[in-house]
Amino acid sequence: MSNLMSGSKILLECLVREGVDTIYGYPGGVTIPFYDAMYDHPIRHVLVRHEQNAAFAAQGYVRATGKTGVCCATSGPGATNLTTGLVDALLDSIPIVALTGQVTSTLIGTDAFQEADTFGITRSATKHNFLIKNIADLPQAIHEAFYIASSGRPGPVLVDITKDVFQGNMQYNPVTSIHLPGYKVYTEGHTGQIRRAAQMMLEAERPMVYAGGGVIHSEASAELRELVELVDSPTVCTLMGLGALPGNHPNYISMPGMHGSYAANMGMYNTDLIIALGVRFDDRVTGRLKAFAPHAKVIHVDIDPSEISKNRNADLPIVGDVKRVLQKLNAVLREMNPSAMDRPGLRAWWKQVRDWKAEHPLEPSFSTTEIKPQHLMAEIERISKGEAIVATDVGQHQMWAAQHISFNKPRLWLTSGGLGSMGFGLPASVGAQMACPNQLVFCIVGDGGFQMSLPELATIVNHGLPIKIICMNNGYLGMVRQWQQLFYNNRLSQVTLDGFPDPVHLAAAYGFKGSTVSHPSQLRAALEMAVAEPGPYLLNVKVSPEENVYPMVPAGGAINEMVLGPPSPVEVPR
Amino acid sequence: MQQVISLLVENKPGALMRIVGLISARGWNIDSLTVAKTLDTSLSRMTIAVAVDDHMRRQVIKQMNKLINVLQATDLSEGPSVTREMVLMRVRAPQESRTAILKEAEIFGARVVDSSVEGFALEATGETEKLDEFADIMRSYGEIEITRSGAVTLSLEAKKLRLSPPVTKGAQVHETDGQEKLVHKTN
Ligand SMILES: Cc1ncc(C[n+]2csc(CCOP(=O)(O)OP(=O)(O)O)c2C)c(N)n1
Ligand SMILES: [Mg+2]
Repeated sequence: MSNLMSGSKILLECLVREGVDTIYGYPGGVTIPFYDAMYDHPIRHVLVRHEQNAAFAAQGYVRATGKTGVCCATSGPGATNLTTGLVDALLDSIPIVALTGQVTSTLIGTDAFQEADTFGITRSATKHNFLIKNIADLPQAIHEAFYIASSGRPGPVLVDITKDVFQGNMQYNPVTSIHLPGYKVYTEGHTGQIRRAAQMMLEAERPMVYAGGGVIHSEASAELRELVELVDSPTVCTLMGLGALPGNHPNYISMPGMHGSYAANMGMYNTDLIIALGVRFDDRVTGRLKAFAPHAKVIHVDIDPSEISKNRNADLPIVGDVKRVLQKLNAVLREMNPSAMDRPGLRAWWKQVRDWKAEHPLEPSFSTTEIKPQHLMAEIERISKGEAIVATDVGQHQMWAAQHISFNKPRLWLTSGGLGSMGFGLPASVGAQMACPNQLVFCIVGDGGFQMSLPELATIVNHGLPIKIICMNNGYLGMVRQWQQLFYNNRLSQVTLDGFPDPVHLAAAYGFKGSTVSHPSQLRAALEMAVAEPGPYLLNVKVSPEENVYPMVPAGGAINEMVLGPPSPVEVPR
Repeated sequence: MQQVISLLVENKPGALMRIVGLISARGWNIDSLTVAKTLDTSLSRMTIAVAVDDHMRRQVIKQMNKLINVLQATDLSEGPSVTREMVLMRVRAPQESRTAILKEAEIFGARVVDSSVEGFALEATGETEKLDEFADIMRSYGEIEITRSGAVTLSLEAKKLRLSPPVTKGAQVHETDGQEKLVHKTN
């Protein structure tokens, strides 16, 4: 009899077996039994201030470590608040397991208090989800959830658990195996295809490696580096792939796409062989698809067969884990000894790429009277030197950070790529700093997005997290203002952010320090002071409000038709 | 163009929702859908007829195969297959037309499942177009009421079913090679 365990305790036991050390969550009616079991359990629970931020914080933890993250919310409003964070994780392939409480099984379907159809609502927000109404099904579902979240193409999995399951008791026998006959994961890559790929790479005259988030998810940075050195190919990393190849690597060009560099986009346009690794030919990268890389053959390596030939037809598809495929590919390439080959086409290609780089470098602009956003990012880069964790929000600041801050390693750059969710930055930095307590963590946010998850300042203070919050304050929903200026005759509609709180008082109200800097001559000292502060710091940086992000490929444009800067001086009414 | 998709699915709550969700999320309309258990009662066989944007045909099959509960999704519009549908129909039959109705029913291979003074209940199976014709003819005799099963389709090619084996907890993800077939078929 004494072997009986409650559902809540069984759940915790399963989490321990999965190696979980932290849960980001928020309690409520139906999860009280679970929170009661957590009361004296070693797993750390972090109380965020909104369930959306529980999902984002769990994501910050995952993106910085590669481990599966866990978040938890109550039924009804708790679960619905989670959904943005789940979709965000789905689009960026981030493994998180979300646990939600559900009303007692006999009340389901009665419009009970705080009842929502979480299983239905999150069907399209997750890689897979479960509704557990019977305690006997709980352990199996939890382990399946972790397996599905972390294997193959990673993603969020939700387990909705009824209150009576938390409260029920049963004899607990640990799960020893799981069986998901329909869940196919292809990791190895086809050997023949890999050989053909190696051949194509060395025959190409103008190769271009296009590396994305998949390289980071599969921990394939070392393999990527070896590949680009063997093939001696110029390489671009997508927004999700920044850091997959060190930012200072000689083969690295920069980020391609809507706000990619001139050299990266011209390279992608003119290449004769795209070596696509863990990417999905997103419209923000390709621009108008029909005009994308018209002369190129495509080798596409991805673990998800549905990504192959989804947007751009692959001439040579390889379904597999990027790491495993690159290991095999590198072995083949090594045998072929490319360094001994004479590849005159490649030499000419490199000269061309370097010329593009020199023609329009991605260089920050400076002013003596106001802080240019690019100047701010350059100063952060000076401190970070490619080593700090940088979490961002969504908007202009995100693009400038991506353009001007470099990363020597993967898992330093944490950003919401696919969904582009404002409010992501602050909670993501919470998860990252908790996972990496000794790392310098910058949280770069816009004055808009910062206010979407402002309450997490309390979480930061509660846990003494020394996050350096850099608010790039342009007084606008800058990215929307940029589009309104460029494409809507500068009719600025609902983009002015009046009433931003005084950062000194705001930080003080939460019990930490903050300040504002607005003159370029004081920027460096202000940043250094923020970094020197042992605790968290809020630095409000007033930047030139009307600056636009360039280069820019207008929506629907071809990537070789970038707008490189403002067409002519533009009058902007203040 | 219409696509006929055959799915072998785990017989679990929510499985149908996931499949239908893929279709509805793309704004397509399902023309017909049938589901029933297979010999192995833990599995269901589903036939879906849906008008799909041409360039999305392969993508849809891949997306369905990605669903955890789907063991296999195949596009039957390409290979050889047989399709049948069943119709149940109530026909009002005044005395003078009863014999004529029965004659027509016989031509279409329909069976009488109920007979009363008001009329008949008929049952017929066949290809969808044949049943359309049958319905048209019966309507010419007066008011009818009709329920159709939706199409069930059987592929005439043997398709190899590849299933993942169980995973021991703590073990590495199951690894497979032999990708060539899958990849080449889908591209
Ligand atoms: C939740 C959410 N709502 C709306 C948007 C649309 N959006 C994209 S960028 C942006 C402006 C962001 O302003 P701010 O946070 O000040 O950053 P800035 O662009 O000024 O750097 C908006 C509104 C979004 N991405 N996410
Ligand atoms: Mg702003």
